[in-house]
Amino acid sequence: MKPLEGIIVLEFAQFMAGPSAGLRLADLGARVIKIERPVHGEAGRQIALKNLFLDNSSLVFHTVNRNKESYAADLKSPEDLECIKKLIQQADVMTHNFRPGVMEKIGLDYEKVKMINPQMIYATVTGYGTKGPWVKKPGQDLLIQSMSGFVNLSGNKNDDPVPVGAAVSDIITGSHLSQGILAALFKRIKTNQGSWVEVSLLESTLDLQFESLTTFLNDGNKKIARAEKGSAQPYLGAPYGVYKTKKGFISLAMGSLLKLGEVIGCAEISIYTNSDAWFTKRNDIMEVLETFLINKTTQQWLDILEPAGIWASAIYNYSELLEDEGYKILKMDQKLKLLSGEKVHTLRCPIRLNDKRIFSERPAPRVGQHTEDLKKEFNL
Amino acid sequence: MKPLQDILIVDLSQFLSAPSASLRLADLGARVIKVERPETGDICRQLYVSNVILNGESSVFRAINRNKESFQADLKVEEDKKQVLKLIEKADVLVHNFRPGVMERLGLDYETVKNINPSIIYANISGYGEEGPWKTKPGQDLLLQSLSGLTWLNGKISDGPVPVGLAIVDILSGAHLAQGILAALIHKAKTGAGSKVSVSMLESILDFQFESITTFYHDGGAPTIRPESNSAHAYLGAPYGIYKTKSGYISLAMGAIPLIGELIGCEALSNYPERESWFNNRNEIKKILANHLLTNTTEHWLSLLEPADIWCAKVMDWEQLFAHEGFKILEMIQNVKMGDGFEYKTTRCPIKIDGEYFTSTVGSPSLGEHTAAIVKELIT
Repeated sequence: MKPLEGIIVLEFAQFMAGPSAGLRLADLGARVIKIERPVHGEAGRQIALKNLFLDNSSLVFHTVNRNKESYAADLKSPEDLECIKKLIQQADVMTHNFRPGVMEKIGLDYEKVKMINPQMIYATVTGYGTKGPWVKKPGQDLLIQSMSGFVNLSGNKNDDPVPVGAAVSDIITGSHLSQGILAALFKRIKTNQGSWVEVSLLESTLDLQFESLTTFLNDGNKKIARAEKGSAQPYLGAPYGVYKTKKGFISLAMGSLLKLGEVIGCAEISIYTNSDAWFTKRNDIMEVLETFLINKTTQQWLDILEPAGIWASAIYNYSELLEDEGYKILKMDQKLKLLSGEKVHTLRCPIRLNDKRIFSERPAPRVGQHTEDLKKEFNL
Repeated sequence: MKPLQDILIVDLSQFLSAPSASLRLADLGARVIKVERPETGDICRQLYVSNVILNGESSVFRAINRNKESFQADLKVEEDKKQVLKLIEKADVLVHNFRPGVMERLGLDYETVKNINPSIIYANISGYGEEGPWKTKPGQDLLLQSLSGLTWLNGKISDGPVPVGLAIVDILSGAHLAQGILAALIHKAKTGAGSKVSVSMLESILDFQFESITTFYHDGGAPTIRPESNSAHAYLGAPYGIYKTKSGYISLAMGAIPLIGELIGCEALSNYPERESWFNNRNEIKKILANHLLTNTTEHWLSLLEPADIWCAKVMDWEQLFAHEGFKILEMIQNVKMGDGFEYKTTRCPIKIDGEYFTSTVGSPSLGEHTAAIVKELIT
């Protein structure tokens, strides 16, 4: 039995942040029903990576919305809205990421929903919270990376700001949303009362940076300094970073520079006996290492470093990763069959319960695929 | 009432990954007792970042371990272990992140613990799972970023691997562990049964890349190719990226290229009416955009693009962000106080429930600060 069995989630949320929370809840056993506008469905169906589409929706949509059902409703039609309200009566959780004001207009803001179903966990994602000058600004991943200071942490000193090439704000926000929903569900078991759970992309992306921010806040607000080359963490000293080798690249994590010098036989770094210098002379040290590490292949270095207990790794791309036994043994992927007959090859839930992996065969739905069945089942 | 009130967590974990999960649960109302070995305690106490030492220990430790108690015990000493077993008997959740095999050797594996406390939630984070060729590798953030393909998603095509400049793998695996624990707590509240929750850093950072790995599975294993310039995503077309302006930087998310051209007065962009070309010709489009955006200030471009609902933002550093009303209104920074009166600033929990921010004024504990009180309260 999965832990969330019996929980019904209505997902009004679109794009990535809210739906990624819905996916996690679905994999943990909840039944997630997407509420989508008729015909076109949620806007995320049209957001594609590399122009890839399957069965009229983007591959990204299929990735984030597997293991869900779809109910088509026009929230501006009184008739459809009535059905939705009946569904709300029978659900446990609802999520949305409309900009502030939209659900009030429709009549599905928390106060109204609470009257329909006092035990509802009402969960919302905004870009920047519900008040202040940015309330109406679009909450989009790259914009949040840019505004939150996050883009100043990656890359080298002379690079322009470097965003992360994945929807990092959306995903971290989705994970906070699901945490809040789960905590509220737990509380409900004890108190029999619903809750309103709120997260924003900006707050979540600041939380993601909490270690660096805490350092910054107590460090006299010193400017962030990325290393000149091979930078991996602006607040960490040498050798922390990435280096080119004779064949490939290698990453070196934190550890004693002196021991590293001894193990690889690099006398030049043995002069940095004061560990303060590992940070203050970071660029010099990294340059010494760079000229030294180019002399052997990544594998040759690993054969020397790993037995000595030094934290180092090869740097893989996807084809190298996917072919490695270390990846295969995880059994991380799964194939889902669409109504069109096409297959979606994607990943599973990363959490294991009682030593079991969580798979699910259910693919993402077509728009309104389950409307008729749901009407019958819930007497709408 | 905080949702996790009365939940007791015994946390044997150290460093960043699992302790970030227990921080979240502490903020949601749980009581977290960190079990730390004598003398050094959690090794994160000594992980100096940027030489920033707060009250004798690292700022990173201070950020991750606020709102927790510290119980000193050497798990290899019978007497100490007996005390910890007493705590485990009373706990709702046990957390650890030892490498595979260590808990078995200590006699604290799930089977043994389950005999003492059948309804306990036994939660752990490993580096690479508990089997396979990588299981004994150190589970360190940069090494996991390196193996998982992540470093090839960021930066531009001429760059080497570009790691994310913070502990993203630690934080995501911690977030997933917190999700699993919360789901298991719900299951326990309903059925009385305990669970084992396992997360690995590798599976967590793969899950983070679920969009691009799914894309990789579908495009015939084509290599990940980052844009030549202004990169923010390897798999997205123009204009997605960050651009230098006369006054700083501006980020542009998805948008129709001819429309953007019209708004900013860049005629050359009208040559790209086809949506496919925005991806296929992204390098030349980005070059045109970059040259054009350099001719005026960020504020100027925002004043043209924002009214037309084009997704764009000013790129800020923390100083600029902190000075902005949009940040201040979030009340994201809190002051916490240690047992000896030392105060420092850090961020608060990003989740809001029923209008309440889950703040806490409790700072991080000194090693063994609460041992005597806990012995008195829970052990004897």
